Amino acid sequence: MLIYTLKRLGLAFVVLIAVSLISFMLLRVSGDPAISLAGEGASNEEIEFVRANYGFDRPLIIQYFEWAGRAIRGDFGNSPYLNQPVALMLKERMGVTMILGISALSFAMLLSIPLGMLAAIRPNTWIDRVALSISVMGQAMPSFWFGLILIIFFGVKLRWLPISGSDTWQHFVMPTIALGYYATPAIMRLVRSGMMEVLASDHIRTARAKGLRWPKILFKHTLRNAIIPVVAVAAVQLGFMLGGSIVIESIFALNGLGNLAWVSISRSDLPVVQAIVLFLSTIYIFLTFMGDLLNAFLDPRIRSN
Amino acid sequence: MTPTQQQEFEAGLGLDVVFPTPGQIMRQRMTTHKGFIIGGIMVLAVFLVAVFAPYISGHDPYHQDLSNRMIPPVWSAQGNWDHPLGTDNMGRDYLSRLVYGSRVSLLIGFSCTAIAAVIGISLGLIAGYFGGMADYIVSFIITIRLALPAVLVAVAVVAIIGGSMQVVILVLGCLIWDRFAVILRATTQQIRSMDYVQAAKAAGCSVVWIMTREIMPNLLNSIVIVSTLEIGRAILLEAALSFLGMGVQPPTPSWGLMIAEGKDAMLFDPYLVTIPGVALFFLVLGMNLFGDGLRDVTSPEGRS
Repeated sequence: MLIYTLKRLGLAFVVLIAVSLISFMLLRVSGDPAISLAGEGASNEEIEFVRANYGFDRPLIIQYFEWAGRAIRGDFGNSPYLNQPVALMLKERMGVTMILGISALSFAMLLSIPLGMLAAIRPNTWIDRVALSISVMGQAMPSFWFGLILIIFFGVKLRWLPISGSDTWQHFVMPTIALGYYATPAIMRLVRSGMMEVLASDHIRTARAKGLRWPKILFKHTLRNAIIPVVAVAAVQLGFMLGGSIVIESIFALNGLGNLAWVSISRSDLPVVQAIVLFLSTIYIFLTFMGDLLNAFLDPRIRSN
Repeated sequence: MTPTQQQEFEAGLGLDVVFPTPGQIMRQRMTTHKGFIIGGIMVLAVFLVAVFAPYISGHDPYHQDLSNRMIPPVWSAQGNWDHPLGTDNMGRDYLSRLVYGSRVSLLIGFSCTAIAAVIGISLGLIAGYFGGMADYIVSFIITIRLALPAVLVAVAVVAIIGGSMQVVILVLGCLIWDRFAVILRATTQQIRSMDYVQAAKAAGCSVVWIMTREIMPNLLNSIVIVSTLEIGRAILLEAALSFLGMGVQPPTPSWGLMIAEGKDAMLFDPYLVTIPGVALFFLVLGMNLFGDGLRDVTSPEGRS
């Protein structure tokens, strides 16, 4: 287990370095940062001054190491647009996105695990078909459009829920559904196929033959085995959902990282975008790392491989 | 058994038991698989609409007519048959924009997937065939790609370069190759250990020969299935980008853009948002059903 952990940790670290390089380059390929920082109509001397002052005249690799070194300590520089520390802006917005991500994942799990189980217990019945249609539809539904439909129906027609902002828990209901529904198909398919595989195995037949009660067989003997791959997929899906929050947050005017990213992109506030890309990637890497560890912990076969 | 009995037995076998060929089994599965047929028909319908767009819509999708703004669809009281799906806030015929929008979606879906396929297949083949260090490097590249938030990176890159259809195709194509690489890597690993590949190696065939003549034909199936599913994903991503204003630029009739343009008026005229959304949903659903069906029909184990 220790060797496995160290191996995974090493991989996560190298991936993190690669991702940080990519997000660093994102800013540099966009053109000369000195010109955009100096502002429109700046003279050549002013641009040169900015370039020397910010160190843009030095080799890229040194600039990268300096940037990365500061990023590790949580310093992402200042936003040229708002003249605020980027780290502070991230910190203020992080909470909303985390709440959205976690509640969306919980929603997806609460919907997909019971449905996947039912579908696996009664394959080829109406419940299996309902589960299948939900998953097929979820994969084809544009999540931003689903969000708008929710707004039209629950926000405007029925007036049940607020349609924009992030002040109360009610503000999170529709975004959670819109974002969570997107992750449902993958998890449900996995639960269904996993459950079916385990239900057909010998130890379940033995458990039934020795007269164990059905609920105990289902939850203790079957679900516990079938849930193992779900753990890893759930971690991956949470990462995807945090990345996809840019669309959902802009629809519901949720004051989170996704919204910040979108606003910053549209006003070319690239250091903020860069920091958000790096931040979300780091969370994804961390989540997959934890998912792998949890998987290895639950399933000894993975460790020895 | 005497020789004559043996002959009669064999003749009887030949008469009574006709084993279907794999092709026949596949065709039989195709005609009975509901998802495959329904999905195929849905995709075909959108294709026909895209091809015959000028004949279906009576109007120019770009023509603005400010005296005829926001006419509701024909099923509402104020609608008329001149604009069956009404007009948008610039007075453009909504049916025409919808019909021409199918061209944009299909074009982007297919081109992105083509780019993604070239990248993903090459990586998957290299990793699966050579294994070892090559496999390690490719897996590493796949991990990096997955760690980057695709929508965010796409929006940022398009914003930096500037939105246009070519840019969207290129950026999305370079972002969605991951599934091609993952699946083809696994399939190639399986095929590599097959006897006929070993035989080709032993016979001294070149690597290029083995890859193109021995391995590729067996990958075609997976490639087609992944492609159909990726086309759906690309179409959804394009719509999301255009919706955020970082994709296809106005006045091009893209479904994502139409939803964005209708968003401000959706509280009073929800049809502006629902109609292009339903079109998107219909096309992607058809693609996915068709792709899933294709997998069921062509893989011997059926649904997995």
